Amino acid sequence: MSVLARMRAAMREYAGAALILVGLLVAWQLVCDLAGVPVWLLPTPLRIVAETWKLRAVLPEHVLATLWAVLGGFFLALASGVPLAVAVVYSRLLRRVLYPPLLMLQSVPKVAIAPLLLIWVGYGLSSRMIVAATVAFFPILINTATGLEAADAELLDLTRSFDAGRLKVFWKVRLPWALPYLFSSLKVAITLAVIGAVVAEFVGADKGLGYLILTSAGNMQTALMFGALVLLSLLGMVSFYAVVSVEKLLCPWYLPAGEEKGAR
Amino acid sequence: MLALSGVDIDVAPDEFVTLVGPSGCGKSTLLKLFGGLIQPSEGTLAFDGRPLERPSRSIGMVFQRPVLLPWRSVLDNILFPVEMLGWRIGDYLEEAKRLIALVGLAGFERARPDELSGGMQQRVSICRALVYDPKILLMDEPFAALDAMTREEFGVELLDIWTRRRKTIVFVTHSIPEAVLLADRVAVMTPRPGRIVREIAVRLPRPRSLAMEFTPEFKEHVETIRALIHGGLGGRP
Repeated sequence: MSVLARMRAAMREYAGAALILVGLLVAWQLVCDLAGVPVWLLPTPLRIVAETWKLRAVLPEHVLATLWAVLGGFFLALASGVPLAVAVVYSRLLRRVLYPPLLMLQSVPKVAIAPLLLIWVGYGLSSRMIVAATVAFFPILINTATGLEAADAELLDLTRSFDAGRLKVFWKVRLPWALPYLFSSLKVAITLAVIGAVVAEFVGADKGLGYLILTSAGNMQTALMFGALVLLSLLGMVSFYAVVSVEKLLCPWYLPAGEEKGAR
Repeated sequence: MLALSGVDIDVAPDEFVTLVGPSGCGKSTLLKLFGGLIQPSEGTLAFDGRPLERPSRSIGMVFQRPVLLPWRSVLDNILFPVEMLGWRIGDYLEEAKRLIALVGLAGFERARPDELSGGMQQRVSICRALVYDPKILLMDEPFAALDAMTREEFGVELLDIWTRRRKTIVFVTHSIPEAVLLADRVAVMTPRPGRIVREIAVRLPRPRSLAMEFTPEFKEHVETIRALIHGGLGGRP
């Protein structure tokens, strides 16, 4: 398919959604203007853009601060979740020892332990990364462990007859088999990392989109709050689709439901 | 409860033996024992005069389902045993390609399993079992997932491969005609507990062809086996 044809196909696919979005924004603008809704209650879309634009000099700094917290937390969760999953799958002892405290950690609301982490680690970027990681970590552990155990039993029987070592079976069979499971958890984890980063910024930070929302709320700058929210959801969407792209690259054999197999 | 009881069978080198019987007669269990995948609660298994205690690289296996690695191409799936055995891939590349051509998959070397039909995938799994040339091939209803026509075609194809590269094959099936068409010897099994009620030497000339299914000898074999399985009632109940 040529680039042009592909663009046309994409336009046809997304035209409906775009129209609805534009329609909603126009309606929002009109209702606020005509009914005279006060700006601190519900600013119009145009007002939001204008107020946010005024801050264009400092916005990149806030966006980047949150982005680093999200990415740092995400990769920390990945780097701890996968090895722990391997540990609990391969060792019954480690499973018994590790699961209870991890479950306990998981059942504590992260918002509640964020202040504690800030006291321990300090108010820097690293503490925000750690909070984001604690939120994003659990699904990665659970899904990867499930994936590592999901390899086909007959296939494993077959590998036994080849006298292959456990390490080889891990690299060549179990780990690739777990990849789709890992990626479905990474898609959840990246959105959770955004939540974790914002929670950490609420608790204590001097920059970031969460910090911006908190301070603009304090100053009744509702338009700016909306602007920060939009940027935050954009950041979440971009990072989500980044994970999806990597998944498509690494697991081409596994296509999530709804994706057409012939369209390649 | 016993899955198998009083089973005693010898398989000669280069022989083609089929195990036939109704579901639940323990054919698959027996095959797993032959593969060293499970151990008998009582009794022994010997391979080349030595006790068989674990899976051996001299024994290849084909299952009912293809069980391929979904992320690997046809060629890489076929070379999977070579890789796991730690042998040099380069030494087996030609062999893999020859096998691919033999089963009619030339041109699909780079395709992934999800791009193939069920029958094509099963052909890949047969190539995978052949590529490292194990002395013995254990096949657990390898054609079960195929439609009747492809199935017959595959049987003849398998015999062709077996004639070209002599090896011992133990083949499980629940199709009586398939068992007769392929085998030197048919071991007839009955359930509860699973046992071999009789071994029947098939007196049909080689090479076999589908046309033989209409000969009196073939029909006689089929009737004998059917009678054994259905408890001496003679033919279908």
